[in-house]
Amino acid sequence: MKENRIKQKLQESKKLLSIYFTAGYPNLNDTVGIIQDLEKNGVDMIEIGLPFSDPLADGPTIQDSSTQALKNGMHTELLFEQLKDIRNTVSIPLILMGYFNPMLQYGVEDFCKKCFEIGIDGIIMPDLPLDVYQEEYQAIFEEYGLINVFLITPQTSEKRIRAIDDASDGFIYMVSSASTTGAKKGFGEEQKAYFERISNMGLKNQQIVGFGISNASTFQQATENTKGAIIGSAFIKHLTAKGVGSISDFVGQIR
Amino acid sequence: MKTYHADERGYYGEFGGAFIPEMLYPNCEELRQNYLRIMVDPSFQEEFHQLLKDYVGRPTPLYFAERLSEKYGTKIYLKREDLCHTGAHKVNNTIGQILMAKKLGKNRIIAETGAGQHGVATATVCALVGIECVVYMGEIDIARQAPNVARMKMLGAEVRPALSGSKTLKDATNEAIRDWINNPVDTHYIIGSVVGPHPYPDMVARFQSVISEEIKWQLKEKEGRENPDYVVACVGGGSNAAGAYFHYLDNPDVGIIAVEAAGRGIDSGESAATSALGKVGIIHGSKTLLMQTDDGQITEPYSISAGLDYPGVGPMHAHLFKSGRGEFISITDDEAMTAGLEVSQLEGIIPAIETSHAFAIFDYKKFKPDNIVVINLSGRGDKDLQTYIDYFKL
Ligand SMILES: Cc1ncc(COP(=O)(O)O)c(C=O)c1O
Repeated sequence: MKENRIKQKLQESKKLLSIYFTAGYPNLNDTVGIIQDLEKNGVDMIEIGLPFSDPLADGPTIQDSSTQALKNGMHTELLFEQLKDIRNTVSIPLILMGYFNPMLQYGVEDFCKKCFEIGIDGIIMPDLPLDVYQEEYQAIFEEYGLINVFLITPQTSEKRIRAIDDASDGFIYMVSSASTTGAKKGFGEEQKAYFERISNMGLKNQQIVGFGISNASTFQQATENTKGAIIGSAFIKHLTAKGVGSISDFVGQIR
Repeated sequence: MKTYHADERGYYGEFGGAFIPEMLYPNCEELRQNYLRIMVDPSFQEEFHQLLKDYVGRPTPLYFAERLSEKYGTKIYLKREDLCHTGAHKVNNTIGQILMAKKLGKNRIIAETGAGQHGVATATVCALVGIECVVYMGEIDIARQAPNVARMKMLGAEVRPALSGSKTLKDATNEAIRDWINNPVDTHYIIGSVVGPHPYPDMVARFQSVISEEIKWQLKEKEGRENPDYVVACVGGGSNAAGAYFHYLDNPDVGIIAVEAAGRGIDSGESAATSALGKVGIIHGSKTLLMQTDDGQITEPYSISAGLDYPGVGPMHAHLFKSGRGEFISITDDEAMTAGLEVSQLEGIIPAIETSHAFAIFDYKKFKPDNIVVINLSGRGDKDLQTYIDYFKL
């Protein structure tokens, strides 16, 4: 089997820029176009958000985009349908990010199988806990070649970070601060210390920072000690304000 | 032995657990590691029971409802949680949790509320101990529950509107959880029912278990036996029910009856009868039965009673339902309102509309003349007067 695209990408020497967006937003059928445009503009990896009615870990921007996407008619089967030919045109790693309940209702095995058929490389389910994943689902994820990405936060204990590192086989999603998603103005001393602390732990998995990255300066700060950064809310705000035609403007100002 | 209590990972059968994002893990873990130790600590127990006695007004009476018994041809006792300070059982939990928060060194409290009962009970205990209190409430609920909003404000709490999603209880809960994510160190989240991630369902059930603890000795005094034949309670999230069942859960001689809100009817599309309409899923960090679309989006329930208007049910109750240990009955708005009026006129007690649902079971469930049936009278109807007035054109 070919090596997972996320793993290949992590071997490149540059800092990685990953973009999150909510599938079905701003319009139901924007999904494929957004992905293609992001790749064209040099983005390294994409997180495709599967909208959920009750996104606990998200701030207002992603909440609103999720609500709108659901109103537009987005649902799991439709997203898979939209993505079915994506690998004909797109070659960067694609990750599905969402909440566990829609995956559970679809059927975890069916969901993973679909992801495999489409060419999805990884999954981020923030509310699927480590222990449940390991006991019930890891074998299924692995059977379909999917990397499950775990989160850590500034509050995560060293012991748990080590356990998450052991369980991970790709990268660790490093949440920048104790917060829900949403763009912040910048990172302070506290974040800097946290980024350094994690980078000094000698983890086997590289880290990619998410939450609160919105522009060139936060991207630069976040990637000083890490492999890359993920931008979500700021990109969605840009889509809201400027529309899907202006993706190059957004990506261009990050690096 | 088969048990209907939570196991140490917070599972009731297949239900429960902690399906939470990593951002919440330290908060829940701190609580999980400490709650049992703190709760059995004699100084905690002493303070808790002292406050329940002197401040809440416990023990609440177990009252033999003579006229109601006569009408339905069985022996009906009412556990008078309506006589608790603030008017409902909710305060048993908030007293327990505010003491827990103090032991954990927290200096800020957040809570969610639907009708405002739990919000008031939380604002009350925060005033009692002098801790900052923020209550999240759906924007729509703020508009329709004005008196409780005023009560919370008068008690010094800040009421923050939840503007997301459907702007009701489930969204207020989401907002409270998000606040907790953003304030992981100094803040304790006082959840209002036996819902949410482990250890909340078990912790809240334990705080509410004082209800069945009292029923046992009170019934022994009155009837010479600790065990009724049935315990009946309404179920929103399920906290008053969990408290009323708690010490009887593993005793097969005691029948458990759970009453859910059917709203305008199970098949009307406007209902909150989770056991009938729900499927297994994840809501607010717990694996349980919940009302959702085929696609796994959580749907908005409906009931005339705001306190039963929750799209899920605590994992204990999901397990009681699935295992058959509990008998689940759903009651429509109309049936509940009629029963509430009847209890008012037969017993001189105006129940909360939530509780009125529990009084409406007699058309669906027949009892024998010598059966002892304890109904948990979870709250009083003062807060619902406007709804009763509008409904009965009083
Ligand atoms: C009087 C009363 N009974 C019952 C409930 C339902 O909650 P639970 O099922 O947690 O007891 C409420 C909630 O507000 C209430 O106020």
